[in-house]
Amino acid sequence: MKKNESLWVHAVLIFACIIICFPIVFALIKATQESGDVTSASLVPGGAFWKNLQIVWYDYHLGCYLRNSFFISVWVALGKIVLSLFASLALVFYRFKGKNLVFVFIIVTLMLPTEMLILGLFDLVSTQPAAKLVLLLQWMFDPVEFFFAPTKYGFGWGDSLVGVVMPFMASATGVFLFRQHFLSIPHSLADSARIDGANSLQFLRYILIPMSLNTIGALALIQFIYVWDQYIWPRIIIRRTANQVVQVGLNMIVSTGESVQWSQVMTAVVVAMIPPLLVFALLYRSFMNGYALSSEK
Amino acid sequence: MKETNAVFKSRGISFLYLSPSILILLTFIFYPAWKAIILSLYRSNLFLGTRKFIGAENIQNLFWGPLAPGFRQVMVQTIIFSTLVVGIGISVSLFLSVQANKDIKGARIYRMLLIWPFALSPAIAATIALFMFNPEVGLVNAVLHMNIRWLDSPVLAFLLTVCIAVWKNLGYNIVFYLAALQSIPRSPLEAADIDGASPVKKFWLVTFPLLGPTTFFLLFTNITYSFFDTFGIIDMLTRGGPVGPGPFFDKEGLTTTLMYKVYLDGFGGSSNMGFAAAEGLVLMAFVVLVTFLQFRFLGKRIHYEG
Repeated sequence: MKKNESLWVHAVLIFACIIICFPIVFALIKATQESGDVTSASLVPGGAFWKNLQIVWYDYHLGCYLRNSFFISVWVALGKIVLSLFASLALVFYRFKGKNLVFVFIIVTLMLPTEMLILGLFDLVSTQPAAKLVLLLQWMFDPVEFFFAPTKYGFGWGDSLVGVVMPFMASATGVFLFRQHFLSIPHSLADSARIDGANSLQFLRYILIPMSLNTIGALALIQFIYVWDQYIWPRIIIRRTANQVVQVGLNMIVSTGESVQWSQVMTAVVVAMIPPLLVFALLYRSFMNGYALSSEK
Repeated sequence: MKETNAVFKSRGISFLYLSPSILILLTFIFYPAWKAIILSLYRSNLFLGTRKFIGAENIQNLFWGPLAPGFRQVMVQTIIFSTLVVGIGISVSLFLSVQANKDIKGARIYRMLLIWPFALSPAIAATIALFMFNPEVGLVNAVLHMNIRWLDSPVLAFLLTVCIAVWKNLGYNIVFYLAALQSIPRSPLEAADIDGASPVKKFWLVTFPLLGPTTFFLLFTNITYSFFDTFGIIDMLTRGGPVGPGPFFDKEGLTTTLMYKVYLDGFGGSSNMGFAAAEGLVLMAFVVLVTFLQFRFLGKRIHYEG
């Protein structure tokens, strides 16, 4: 490459990196400053990070928010991986009628992101369950009431983390990825496993899972970050501070009015970014091999 | 589908493996989606707990009557907002990825610095912006020596929301473009070199077409992002406001997207869930259309690749 041209490329990239990274560097610096300095334009790091962290962790419930976010992210990522592993196992290695129909049924849900379903979902998740099983069954077997009237009985999970987790549990993306990956596995392998007398669970445990580590890693990364970033659903379904997740928690830390302590807010921002960054760094390689570089997404 | 791989035969067990996924999808996706359609036939208030069947009135209200101008404004805004977020986001990340993929010193460091925002959430992006653009204590006004009220002026607030939304998603786009660029075969580019093609020509005639599938994939994921995931940014930065200039944009806040309006109408102070559900149906129609196009395109691509 000619020297002038490469200088120009460097200039463009350095400029872009500064623009993209500056807000985070800014947040990092401000997180270390005393509350007196933070409102000035000064970009000199201070020594108040631990003090800020302590205040925001306890007084503003950051610790609580982080624990909740961690809980939902881990459970959803795990649940999605396990459920879609089993679903894809059935879809690829079993012979049964209506297989394509089931696959289409799962894939169609890509069209219905949870955000769009909040109105129907809120009723279903937050309405109290039926007092007696008989009442529930009566309702479910009355097609007019069950399908055409507003939801009568729900799960009664308003304000609980289970209510946040459950709607995210099954995954079209996961089934799609695992199915594609399983289809690329030579069928002689499945044949020989069966001839050796392996049942499907052993086949999954000893052959499929070890062969799918990249896909599993990619899915774990995508889903962990996806759920960690969830905002609208927890904002609607969770009311008590003690059950809130960190993304909505940030909003609550900021909306304390005029007295908002920006150094502590920036500390919360920095801390809330660490888990997804760690997951990203840890699973980056399998993400690239199992998802970004594969031709089918 | 390759049937040769299907070595196990038990119908019962295959059903057992599929049922958890199907059960959850039925309960938490299909049923609520259906119920949203039903809800749009009711007048319903979340706080009063009232419900009354009113037929197609909510859907009528989208197009005629006192609620229609606000809905029309939000539709137009959403289209402008999404076009800007998707258009700027994809072209900037394509440009930067091509630069970072060049054979230069420190390319690895540049790539790393460009892709880490993948782990950035909308709420975090908005919180930092809220501080930086704060009129009293924000860094931007201090550096400019001005007192601009970024979030009180409708046009500035709109543009700022677009910028933050683009910034948040750059990492995601760049990850996929860099991955695609690295898997582009060398031979077409070398052939173009031998033919003496200029770098600009090489990009448009060789690289860009080869990136086609990635661009399409990103186009669709970015559209979904601009519809739904920008909710957090809007909710934290502007709460949908401020009201725009008349005579067309003065019914609702200028940064209210369709998704945000569904939320405001359904869960906001004057909860009108039936009307919100009717708006949600329009949103659903949008997404179904986009996904349908995506499948059509992807179906073709897989077909061509054999």
